[in-house]
Amino acid sequence: MFGRFTDPNDQTAQPFYALMHEPIVLYTCIVVVVLAVVVLAAITLLGWWKPLWKNWITTVDHKRIGLMYIILAIVMLVRGFADAIMMKGHQALALGDASAGFLPPDHFDQVFTAHGVIMIFFMATPLLFGLLNYILPLQLGARDVAFPFANNLGFWITFAGAILINISLGIGNFARVGWLAYAPLSDGISSPDTGMDYYLWSLQLSGIATTMGAVNFIATIIKCRAPGMAMFKMPIFAWCALVSNVIILIIYPPLTVAFALLSCDRFLGFNFFTNDGGANPMLYVNYVWIFGHPEVYVLVLPAFGIISEIVPTFSSKRLFGYTSMVWAVLVIMILSMLVWGHHFFTMGGGEQVNTFFGIATMIIAIPTGVKVFNWLFTMYKGRIRFEPPMLWAMGMMFTFVGGGLTGVLLSIVPADFQLHNTEFLVAHFHHTIIGGVVFSYLGGLAFWFPKVFGVKPNRALGIASFWFWFFGFYFAFFPIYIVGLMGETRRMQHYLEPSLQPYFIVAFFGAVLILLGILCFVIQVILAIWYLIKNKCTLPVNENDPWGDARSLEWSISSPPPVYNFAELPQVEDEDAYWDMKRRGVPRKTSGFSKIHLPSNTNAGFIGGILLLIVGFSLVWHIWWLAAIAFVGFIFTILCHSLLGNHHGYYISAEEVQKTEDQFTAVLNAKGVKA
Amino acid sequence: MKKIKYITGLAAVLASALLLSGCEWDLLNPAGYVAHQERTLMYICVAVMLCVVIPVMIAIIVFAIKFRATNTQSEYLPDWGNSHRVEMIMWGIPICIIIVLASLTGYYTFKLEPSRVLSATVAGDQKPLQIDAVAMDWKWLFIYPEYGVATINEIYAPVNRQVFLQISSESSINAFWVPRLGTVLYAMPQMNAKLHLIADVEGVFKGMSANYSGDGFNEMRFMWHSVPQDKFNNWILQVKNAGKPLGRAEYLDLARHPKVGDVAAKKKDAQVRYFSNVEKDLYYRIVNRCVADGRICNERLMARDAASSLWGQLCSVFDADYKFDNTTSQDGA
Repeated sequence: MFGRFTDPNDQTAQPFYALMHEPIVLYTCIVVVVLAVVVLAAITLLGWWKPLWKNWITTVDHKRIGLMYIILAIVMLVRGFADAIMMKGHQALALGDASAGFLPPDHFDQVFTAHGVIMIFFMATPLLFGLLNYILPLQLGARDVAFPFANNLGFWITFAGAILINISLGIGNFARVGWLAYAPLSDGISSPDTGMDYYLWSLQLSGIATTMGAVNFIATIIKCRAPGMAMFKMPIFAWCALVSNVIILIIYPPLTVAFALLSCDRFLGFNFFTNDGGANPMLYVNYVWIFGHPEVYVLVLPAFGIISEIVPTFSSKRLFGYTSMVWAVLVIMILSMLVWGHHFFTMGGGEQVNTFFGIATMIIAIPTGVKVFNWLFTMYKGRIRFEPPMLWAMGMMFTFVGGGLTGVLLSIVPADFQLHNTEFLVAHFHHTIIGGVVFSYLGGLAFWFPKVFGVKPNRALGIASFWFWFFGFYFAFFPIYIVGLMGETRRMQHYLEPSLQPYFIVAFFGAVLILLGILCFVIQVILAIWYLIKNKCTLPVNENDPWGDARSLEWSISSPPPVYNFAELPQVEDEDAYWDMKRRGVPRKTSGFSKIHLPSNTNAGFIGGILLLIVGFSLVWHIWWLAAIAFVGFIFTILCHSLLGNHHGYYISAEEVQKTEDQFTAVLNAKGVKA
Repeated sequence: MKKIKYITGLAAVLASALLLSGCEWDLLNPAGYVAHQERTLMYICVAVMLCVVIPVMIAIIVFAIKFRATNTQSEYLPDWGNSHRVEMIMWGIPICIIIVLASLTGYYTFKLEPSRVLSATVAGDQKPLQIDAVAMDWKWLFIYPEYGVATINEIYAPVNRQVFLQISSESSINAFWVPRLGTVLYAMPQMNAKLHLIADVEGVFKGMSANYSGDGFNEMRFMWHSVPQDKFNNWILQVKNAGKPLGRAEYLDLARHPKVGDVAAKKKDAQVRYFSNVEKDLYYRIVNRCVADGRICNERLMARDAASSLWGQLCSVFDADYKFDNTTSQDGA
C-alpha cells in the first residue's frame, strides 16, 4: 500500500533508522519540529492565516515572491551551514580510524552531499532568484515580471524541493554520493536506499522551477524595460541577470535529462550509466558537468552585477567601462559552455582534449580579470564611503582575485594532475563561491535592505558580520589549501597523519567565526521581521535614496516601493537612469496619475507546488498510486488555472495612486529631500 | 589571566606544529620526475599570476584609503567612466598573462600526458614494470602481470625504474594517486587508463583513491615502497611464497564489498594481502566485465553489435559470423 514505507522485505529503506540510531539526527528533528509547531501556533494564535494566504502565499507580486525566495534561502543557508560546521568539527577530531570523530562514514557522506546540494540548489539559487525578483523589475522600470503566475508557481515548486530534501533528514536517509552523484555510485546497485531518490526528485523539482524562472526573467528583461531603456542602457545587474538566465536555460535541460536517465536506471532497470549492458558511466559525468560548470557562472555573474551596482554608488562615481563590462559578461556566457572538460583532465582523455579545455578555462580569466579592473577604476578618483555594502564589495574583490589565481592554477592541466580532487580544490571553490558569490549576495542584501524595509539595517551588526565572514573564510580555508598541498584527498572521513590535525582545528575555528558572521546577519533579519510585525506588515514609507548617490531606477521610488512600483513609467535616457534624472533635475510627478492595471492573485501555484511535493515524496517511497493521483491533480490544477481562472487582473484607481504618492511626497517634504 | 596563558600556549603549540610539518607537504616535496615537473610548473604559474594579483590587492587597499570620502583633498571625477588607454591595459594585461600560461600549459600537457612512455633520458631504457591496478569496494588490487602475483593495498617498485600502470575499477569511479610521484588518474569501470610514473628516491610513499566512491572510500589507502632492485626481487619471492592463488572465482569473492556501516569489516577488508598464480587474463576480463562465467566480454559484445548494425553490414570490418566463445581466454590485453 505505502510502497517501501511499509515493505517489511526492503532492508535498504528503513524509514526511521536514522531517527532511532543517530542522536544528532534525532535532536535536530526534534528542534525542527518544535520550531515549526511554535511558528504555526503563533500564526494561528495571532490569526494571521488569512492575511498570510491572501497577501503572501497566493501573491503574484514580484516583490513579495522575491522576499519569500530570500527567506527560504536564509533558512537553507542555516541548514547548509549546520552541515558545514558539523563536518569541520568532525574533521578536527577525526584523527585515527573510521570510528574517530563523531560522524560515522555513512553519516559523514550524507552530510557532505547534503551540504553541497543545499548550498548550490537551495541556498544560492533561491537567493539569486529572490534578489532578481525583487530588484530586476524595479531596475527595468517595470510593474511586474513578464509571467507573474509562473513566478508564483516557480517559487512553490522550489519550496516543494526544499521541503523534500529536508524530509530526508528524518525519514529515510540522504544520498551518499557527493553533490553531483557520479554514476555508477548513484545507480540502484551501489545506492539502493532512498537517499539517492530524495536527491533526484528534489533536484528535479528545483530544476523545473529554476528553468521556469529563467524563462520569466529573460522575457522580463527583453520585453518589460521602461521606455527609452535600450539594451545598452540597462544597468549591469540586469545584463548579468540576462546572461545568467540564458545560461540556466541552456544548462538545466542536460541536467534534467541526466537525472531522468539515471531515474530510468534506478526505477525501470535501464542501463544508461550502470556497469552493464553497454552502459557508460562516464557519459553521466559529461552530462552533469555540462550543467555543473556553467552553473557556477549562473551564480557568480549576478554577483558581479551586484558589485557593479554597489561600487559606483558608494564611490559616488560612474561605473568605469560599461561597454567593456557588458562584452566581458557576454564572452563569459559563450566560454562557460566550453570548459566542462576541465573537471576530468584526469580521465585520460588525451593531450589534445586536455589542452583545449585547459586553455579555454584560463581564457575565462581574461573577462573576469577585466571586471575587477573595472571596479578598481570605478573606485579610482571617487569618494568612497565605507558602508557595509561597500565593505562586502571590497572584501569580494580582494578575496575573489585570490580564488581566481588558484582557479587558473587548477586549469593548468599538469598542475591539475596533482591538485585534482584534493582539499586544495575544496579550498579553491569555496574561495570563489564564498569570496565571490556569498560576499556579493550578502552585500546585495545589505545594499537593497533599505529599499525593502525603508530603514537601513543595523550598521554595527552589518560591519561585524562582514569581518567575521571575511576572517572566518581565511581561517577556514587557507589551512585546507595546505592540507591539499600535503597530498590529501577531499571528502576524508578520517586521516592517519597527526600532522593534519592542527590545520583542521584552525579550519574549525574559521568555521566558528563564519558562524558568528551568520548569527549577526540572522539577528539583522530577525530585527527586520520584528520591524515588519511591529508595523503590522504595512511598513511606513521612507525616502527613496537612503544611501545617497544611487544610480538606477529602483532608487527613484519610495522605500518600500508601492505595490504598483512606478506611478508613471519613467523615461530613461542614460545607463545610470536615476542619476541622470537627478542631474537633469527631472521633477518627480506628483499629480495627474491614471489608473494602473495589475495581475490578480492565484492559489494554483501553491496547490500545484504541494501536489508536486506529494509526487516527489511518493516516488521516493515507491507509492505509485499516490504519485499518479497527485501528478494528475497537478496537471488539473494548472489546466484549471489556465482555462478557467480569472485573468482580468484588477485596477488601482487613479485616486488611490494619488493618495499613495501624496504620502510619499509628504515624507519627502518632511525630510526636505528632492526626488 | 590563566585562560589567556592557556590560549597563547595552545596557539604556540599549533603554530609550531604548523611550521614543523612543513616537510610533509607532499606536493612540494616530489619523489619522482613527473611530480617534479608538475611542481616546477605550479611554481612558475603561481609566480606569473602573483605579478598581477598582488598589485591588484594592494591597489584595492590603496584606492580605498586614498579616495575615501573623508579625504576631500583627493581628486574627484564623478563622470569619468571611459578611457581607451586604461581599457587597453586592463584587457591587455590579462591577455598577456594568459598567453604565457596557455603556452606553458600546452607544452607541459603534451610532455606529461600520463599515457605516454617517459623518455629514455628520464627513465633509462629498462623495460617499464607493469602493474595493473583495480579499484574495488573498498580496496586496491595491484596485479604484477610479469610475475603473476598480486597484492591488496601495497605496491613495491624498484627505484629509478619506470612503472607502467593500467588502471581500472570494479564498480565505482575512483582515482589512483601517489602524491609524491605525481599525476592522479581516474580508475573507471569498463575503462583502461594508462599512467607512467617513476620514483627517483627510495622511500615509502602514501597512496590513495582520490575520488569519492562510497562508504569505505577512506580505507582505500596504500603504501608505495620504492626500493632497490634486490629488495624488490626478495619481496616478489615473498609474495609468491606467501600468496594464495587468485583465479576468477577468488576474484569474485574478493569483489564482494563489506556491509555499509560496518567499520571493522571495512578495515579488515582493506588489510594488505598477497596473491600468487594470478590467472593470466584476469585484468582483461575485469576491464571487459566478463570475470563471471557465462558473460561475454565487452570488447566482443561491441564487435558483435557493430557487425550486426547497418553500418557493420554495409562495410563490415567485423566478422559477423564470429563464434563468440566466452569460455576460452583472450590473447591478452
